[in-house]
Amino acid sequence: MRYSGLKVIKEALTGHKGWTPAWRDPEPQPHYDIIIIGGGGHGLATAHYLASVYGQHKVAVIEKGWIGGGNVGRNTTIIRSNYMLDGNEPFYEFSLKLWEGLEQNINYNAMVSQRGIMNLIHSDAQRDAFIRRGNAMMLNGADAEYLDVAAIKREYPFLNFDDARFPIKGGLAQRRGGTVRHDAVAWGYARAADSKGVDIIQNCEVTGFRIENGKCHGVETSKGFIGANKVGCAVAGNSGRLMSMAGMRLPIESHVLQAFVSEGLKPVLPGVITFGAGHFYVSQSDKGGLVFGGDIDGYNSYAQRGNLPVVEDVCEGGMAIMPMIGRARLLRMWGGIMDMSMDGSPIIDRTDIEGLYFNGGWCYGGFKATPASGHVFAHLLARDTPHETATAYRFDRFKTGHMIDEKGMGNQPNLH
Amino acid sequence: MIINHPLLGPRDSAEFVYLGDAELIDRPDPETASPEDWYEYGYLRDNPAGLHRELWWHEGGDRSWLVVTRNTMTHEITSVEIARDVARKMGRSS
Repeated sequence: MRYSGLKVIKEALTGHKGWTPAWRDPEPQPHYDIIIIGGGGHGLATAHYLASVYGQHKVAVIEKGWIGGGNVGRNTTIIRSNYMLDGNEPFYEFSLKLWEGLEQNINYNAMVSQRGIMNLIHSDAQRDAFIRRGNAMMLNGADAEYLDVAAIKREYPFLNFDDARFPIKGGLAQRRGGTVRHDAVAWGYARAADSKGVDIIQNCEVTGFRIENGKCHGVETSKGFIGANKVGCAVAGNSGRLMSMAGMRLPIESHVLQAFVSEGLKPVLPGVITFGAGHFYVSQSDKGGLVFGGDIDGYNSYAQRGNLPVVEDVCEGGMAIMPMIGRARLLRMWGGIMDMSMDGSPIIDRTDIEGLYFNGGWCYGGFKATPASGHVFAHLLARDTPHETATAYRFDRFKTGHMIDEKGMGNQPNLH
Repeated sequence: MIINHPLLGPRDSAEFVYLGDAELIDRPDPETASPEDWYEYGYLRDNPAGLHRELWWHEGGDRSWLVVTRNTMTHEITSVEIARDVARKMGRSS
């Protein structure tokens, strides 16, 4: 069934009895050309682009829980391409372009909203750095705009411009950045992939790989063995745990990152604001809640919940930059598990095991990358060569010294 | 999270700085280590879901280094040792 305005009106007038499930619930077949482990945003996007761009239809997505129950349902929904380094910026700009055409591409309302994102500047040195970043973005075909204090005051009059420690001295805006409804991304990709014959197998946990003579022949699961010519892993957060089943150690630690939603408010915040100095970023959802977050808790965790010191730290950051939210009540907080790679950048590569491919290490930035991550991973799986925008995301970059230190933080995991 | 410091008793984990896997104590010998050894030491991690031995530095306290055994699924801490004692047992310190 294709969705359309006419269909919505017809269903509204006939009691919504004509809607059908958005995707099938099939039992696994004995063998597939390609299996994707992980039914999150990246795994489902990979399946969609494998089927729609790379002509692969004997594909299965295996998910241990349910679609939309992992990190794609636990993030702060921001999309942007305001990176700087050569290995990164073309990839994230590719992703933003895919976001712009996503809803038409998958015939699904993902509520893509290009409301703009603005990074605040607090010192002359930071201004220089951000203007350089803006230039790098424009050289890669992205948009960037420097805002002076007067321009920011027009758009965001409620910010604390006179903070003694971090006075606002300007901002770097990307007008094409914004937010997307995260659940709809998972559901939309799942529906689009399913309609092209991809089997989406939920409640099916991978318990091991069948690897013989250095070649992967499939996966052992809670629903039995499923054979495959190629297996792609896209389970960020659990990458270390999954790949250890294949005998691999990764340059990745799993950490918890918390996010928060306030009670519903009238529209107060037109775009996305990041306050890097205080580790706080915020947007307002279409339901009215302020959605915000800060830093990772800072120690290995698979617990999907955080601890109070970071709650306090994030809320302090919020109060420092937006004192007006002081009386808003916190409605919910939650923790997602992040693959923190040693340089803060992702890994999309073949492994040393033939037929086994890896996509992970997304650190804080997995959601905005969803379409491009899926597209380039599909490219790698279908053609065995990296997509042109993802050639730098190799496993061996830590050995060869070609790390992508976007935040200039080096390789110490405690500095992620 | 409360870390039960062997000398100071229970302390809030916010007083500490986390510095990763306790395997970092076992640094390769610069005289004999290969680049592969340094790559494994510097970058590769077991990253277990369950018991994890890790280094915590009591920055906001007595500046001691501790080896904390913590469950990464539940945040439960089952043992806390002075890192120097651990290193001595491994022959890493005099």
